[in-house]
Amino acid sequence: MNIFKKTILTVLASFLIIGNVSAEKIKIGTEGAYPPWNSKDASGNLIGFEVELAQELCKIMKYECTIVEQDWDGMIPALVMRKFDAIMAGMSITDERKKTITFSQGYADEVASLAVMKGSSLEGMDTPEGINLSLGGSSVKKALKTLTDALAGKTVCTQTGTIHQNFLESGDVGSVNVRTYKTQDEVNLDLTSGRCDVALAAAVAFTDYADKSGKPVVLVGPTFSGGAFGNGVGVGIRQADDSAIGKRDAKILKDFNKAINKARKQGIISKLAIKHFGFDASM
Amino acid sequence: MDFDLMITSFPKLLGATVITLKLLSASLFFGLFLGLFFAILRLNKNIFINKFAYVYSYVFRGTPLLVQIFIIYFGLGQIEYLRSTFLWAVLKEPYWCAIIAFTLNTGAYTSEILRSAFQTIKPGIIEAGKSLGISNKIIFYKIQIPIAIRQSLPAYGNEIILMMKGTSLASTVTLMDLTGVAKYIISTTFKPIEVFIVAGGIYLFMTFIIHNVIKYLEKKYSFLQ
Repeated sequence: MNIFKKTILTVLASFLIIGNVSAEKIKIGTEGAYPPWNSKDASGNLIGFEVELAQELCKIMKYECTIVEQDWDGMIPALVMRKFDAIMAGMSITDERKKTITFSQGYADEVASLAVMKGSSLEGMDTPEGINLSLGGSSVKKALKTLTDALAGKTVCTQTGTIHQNFLESGDVGSVNVRTYKTQDEVNLDLTSGRCDVALAAAVAFTDYADKSGKPVVLVGPTFSGGAFGNGVGVGIRQADDSAIGKRDAKILKDFNKAINKARKQGIISKLAIKHFGFDASM
Repeated sequence: MDFDLMITSFPKLLGATVITLKLLSASLFFGLFLGLFFAILRLNKNIFINKFAYVYSYVFRGTPLLVQIFIIYFGLGQIEYLRSTFLWAVLKEPYWCAIIAFTLNTGAYTSEILRSAFQTIKPGIIEAGKSLGISNKIIFYKIQIPIAIRQSLPAYGNEIILMMKGTSLASTVTLMDLTGVAKYIISTTFKPIEVFIVAGGIYLFMTFIIHNVIKYLEKKYSFLQ
């Protein structure tokens, strides 16, 4: 009898909720393993820059958002199969990904870098502080040549399906021995163990790891941007078609773009970026 | 359904199957010896030797293969002392880590399969050998072992198939086996269904071959019964 009553009450209550709130309900997928972009705390809750930013954007859009976890290598397929409606997972906007999904405008950007363990022969490489692959020019060419020579015969580790892997396989730094991992954590572990001579990821992914683990991981060579490294990090959304779901996707994209504009103007993105990255990575 | 992708990924996946087969054959080869060794220890009357073999098979059958491979690859890699020993030359390579994990795992199952096979041998057969004046050693090598192998064929065939599927975990420690390459192709095409169907088909074909070889062997050696 008691259960029966409870069921009726629940059903009634849910009618009330549906009746009162007309907010769009969406799910946002994130990896939860790429600090400081997104990660998990000790009790398994999702935290990080993008988790907080997602909450802020949802507030602006007046959306009811649930943030769900998804392994990086299944992120885009999961979005396409409608397991969630948007990706906020430190995913850079690249042409390759745009063949399958679409992106909002970028909300943040930061550079990639190589990292080694202190004492590596790769330390003290003679390259400019940062290179932008989109700009090209003789200094970029020279830096890439230096890198090609330095990385020859070395095992370079990176996460599967990332801009970093694309760059290493692009031939810009010759044919390097690339080893790919499911998560950045595993890249860090094998960099520490010495199985990797050098690793490539977002510079902050290494500095964050060095800070938290106390391991002597140091950045080497130039920082990278442009070219294979894409055009900043944006919200990944399904490509819209004429179906009802497609129209909803188009609306979600539009709302995200507006919300990012607003959050940028109000300084919300900068504030969160400084909090998590230690510098203003907003764009 | 992107059939073009299925066709273009097929040769790449077939190339990766070579790694899968290498991992499988190496771990089955070492695992069979390890299994036989521990099966013999299990039959030993000394309680310490017996318990040692029991604990080995208990631990490796009682923990997931994925956990074992992670402990050997990522776990042992974090021990600084180990990295300064000669063992590191082997443990540094994901390939050897995978083979060690697979060998220890299949060795545990094989030891149980062989042990039970030894125990099903009718005492009459051994007594018959003794009454003919054959030495215990020769009875063991020429009578007990062949019968045990025949008895264990159906169960061991299953173990081979399980191990073949188990090798897919090698992809979690950066090896580019069949599953590893499938995941790699997916990471650039974002089409898991097509690629995994092809990869699954190749695994299924391997199962088909293994199954039939074991069936043939069972028939061939049925006179032992």
